[in-house]
Amino acid sequence: MRKLALNDKILLSIDKPARYIGGEVNSVTKDKKTVSIRFAICFPDVYEIGMSHLGIQILYDMFNRREDVWCERVYSPWVDLDKIMRERSIPLFALESQDPVKDFDFLGITLQYEMCYTNVLQILDLSQIPLLAEERGEDWEYPLVIGGGPCAYNPEPIAPFFDMFYIGEGEVIYDALFNLYKECRAEGISRQEFLRRAVQLPGIYVPSLYQVSYKEDGTIASFHPVCEDVPAVVQRQVVSDMTNAPYPEAPVVPYIKVTQDRVVLEIQRGCIRGCRFCQAGMIYRPTRERSLDCLKEHAYKMLKSTGHEEISLSSLSSSDYSDLGGIVNFLIDEFGNNNINISLPSLRIDAFSLDVMGKVQDVRKSSLTFAPEAGSQRLRDVINKGLTEEVILSGADQAFHGGWNKVKLYFMLGLPLEEEEDRREIAHLAERIAEKYYEIPKEQRNGKCQINVSTSFFVPKPFTPFQWARMYQPGDYLGFAKTVNHEIKAMKNQKSIRYNWHQADVTLLEGIFARGDRRIADVILEAYKNGALYDAWTEFWDYDRWLAAFEHTGIDMDFYTQREMAEDEIFPWDFIDIGVTRKFLLSEWKKAKQGIVTPNCREKCSGCGAARFKGGVCVESKG
Amino acid sequence: MKARVKFSKTGYMKFIGHLDIMRYFQKTIRRSGLDVAFTEGLSPHMIMSFAAPLGVGLTSDAEYMDIELGTPPSSSQTAIDALNRVNVEGITVTGFWQIPEDKASKAMTLVAAADYELRFRKGYAPAGDWQSGISHFYAQKEIMVLKKTKKSEKEVDIRPMIYEMSVNAGTVFMKLAAGSAANLKPELVMDAYLHSIGAEPKSFAYEIHRCEVYANIGNEKKRRLVPLGELGQEIPPG
Repeated sequence: MRKLALNDKILLSIDKPARYIGGEVNSVTKDKKTVSIRFAICFPDVYEIGMSHLGIQILYDMFNRREDVWCERVYSPWVDLDKIMRERSIPLFALESQDPVKDFDFLGITLQYEMCYTNVLQILDLSQIPLLAEERGEDWEYPLVIGGGPCAYNPEPIAPFFDMFYIGEGEVIYDALFNLYKECRAEGISRQEFLRRAVQLPGIYVPSLYQVSYKEDGTIASFHPVCEDVPAVVQRQVVSDMTNAPYPEAPVVPYIKVTQDRVVLEIQRGCIRGCRFCQAGMIYRPTRERSLDCLKEHAYKMLKSTGHEEISLSSLSSSDYSDLGGIVNFLIDEFGNNNINISLPSLRIDAFSLDVMGKVQDVRKSSLTFAPEAGSQRLRDVINKGLTEEVILSGADQAFHGGWNKVKLYFMLGLPLEEEEDRREIAHLAERIAEKYYEIPKEQRNGKCQINVSTSFFVPKPFTPFQWARMYQPGDYLGFAKTVNHEIKAMKNQKSIRYNWHQADVTLLEGIFARGDRRIADVILEAYKNGALYDAWTEFWDYDRWLAAFEHTGIDMDFYTQREMAEDEIFPWDFIDIGVTRKFLLSEWKKAKQGIVTPNCREKCSGCGAARFKGGVCVESKG
Repeated sequence: MKARVKFSKTGYMKFIGHLDIMRYFQKTIRRSGLDVAFTEGLSPHMIMSFAAPLGVGLTSDAEYMDIELGTPPSSSQTAIDALNRVNVEGITVTGFWQIPEDKASKAMTLVAAADYELRFRKGYAPAGDWQSGISHFYAQKEIMVLKKTKKSEKEVDIRPMIYEMSVNAGTVFMKLAAGSAANLKPELVMDAYLHSIGAEPKSFAYEIHRCEVYANIGNEKKRRLVPLGELGQEIPPG
């Protein structure tokens, strides 16, 4: 039997010990003497969140297919265990072997949202790895710390904490990186020399090999490699053929209930829509589908190997999958009678989706979701959200006639070019949906309707047309939400409309981390040292602690948030080439200001630049 | 057909709570390929009930659950093998029986008693001879303890719920009332004993293992305890 890193007394004194014992069905155990590379793959949040992440499941499976690699999982210890580990200097361990992470060759950390950055420091700290890459020495005392995921598209605010970043989709270059690592270790070369060689691989960014200088106004003057043989531009890595890309046949089945407790079928990657606020819509271009046959095979194998009772589709916009009818009907026909729940998220509400949703869920209990994102048609054109009021109302109408009476509406506030009237329109749209419901004769409807309006505050993200946009002050954001709230209260059907809005102060921090430069690392370090952790969790979020950290480090928050960036400003992430060009993003920013919409990738190619990957929709439309 | 499954829960599985064990078996049974039955209705769930929940931290050789199968397995051993092929280390199915269809035969309603073995964890045993007083403790007519519930505290006599108690080389054996009518936890008995010899019970001191769970096929006055599995019929091979 494996020996656990934590003793019984600790495990029985903390919440959910199953988070830390490993040994789950389909987890991979190898003999450490027979492998050359030990890779700890980490999601820096609690187990239940981390275990729900598809990307890690894909890489875990792919890495472990190599005989010479043993990949194990690591998550953030919850605050109860965090305290115990610090008090007793227990080093953070990987779940499978229960061995300390510090003894591994790699520590790979996925960066899915900005507010996990203090948890990244927690992982390093508890692992007893120096927080700053420059303090990890010339030899191989510590693992190589490598970051990836969407936040790696602007790695600069956390650059000093990482030895390297992987820019792009993990399926592509890890094999080459592992081979290079083995070669280098066999040759006995230093950590520094390895990094010099690794940076030659496409998609690999080594922060210590680049230098930044700043202008007097605080913007970047130059960003360049420290020597000539280091590439000036890092190319995002893209899977060209999704159908033949690796996909786990037997994902790990957790003992405790996790957020995503089901088989997940990634039907496609990327989105054809081009919403101007959406980072995923740009950094995953082009849209690439998995073939129906391959999805069918994955569905059978994964249900069999896990015993899960539910299967879900995953994609940015499932309705755009070209054979949606094929995959949905397959799931219903094949598993619907087999007591397998079928979950169909991110479907556009129309006759087809209502029909299939009626087949797979209890209409009375479930709610329908619309994401108009902006209240007025004018602003929806600005953000290039192709959804019209007519489509929303007719979708809602059909749904109400189909027996649904719960609707969720998602909006953003603080969008570029947003005005007071656009905010009020959120209330009006909700009202018009409620009116649709009450147009149905009383005896035919199912009690009252419930319309839940949620707003989040817009955060400008790198590699989007809105990367130039300004943000607002927390007080402004709350004022925006107040306008919506006030207007909803003035509606005739206000009793059927519920409204909730997100915190405003955390939005600002997200914005700073999203578009920040290397200087922001000091703030993150300072806040972490003062106790910041689990910032994505409302119960641990402490804005004052962050304000103090900015104060202490002398970094001006407003510089990063309260100004529209100049068209030619050098962004911290400019050294990354995602395929979509800056020229395209800028033209989209200008079109936004004129309220001109851009057609989606299937309607018409807009020449964003992603066609050079020669995959997915870019090839489709030309064939 | 209705079936009763017996399994052991050992090693690190002691950290998995009762509800998660239920979830675990729902998935395990699906992986095993056994033709398990579901409830009717809009949100069907697997027909499955557990005899007696086991607390986190305890191990057991005698966990029981009842399930319903569409098609019976060709033999008890086939079903046992099918489940063990997909089990994790720490969960082993050790028995499989066909049981009567009626509600009165459900494991949950039948539970009347359970056997436990209790040991002190290393370094937690009271100093000196703590073992010799157990026979005297067990011989008492009445053992009053303060039982805390969520709402109140009250004095109860636990002696009628202790059916056997003995000690052998540091391992305390107890046969205690279990189930919905009367349920006594082994740690409560041990705490009471330690108090009676003037020792202070410490948290985290005991290692407890459940050895068997029984139904009472006699009556209140004259108990006849039978392991839950023996109430079913083994399905012979061939």
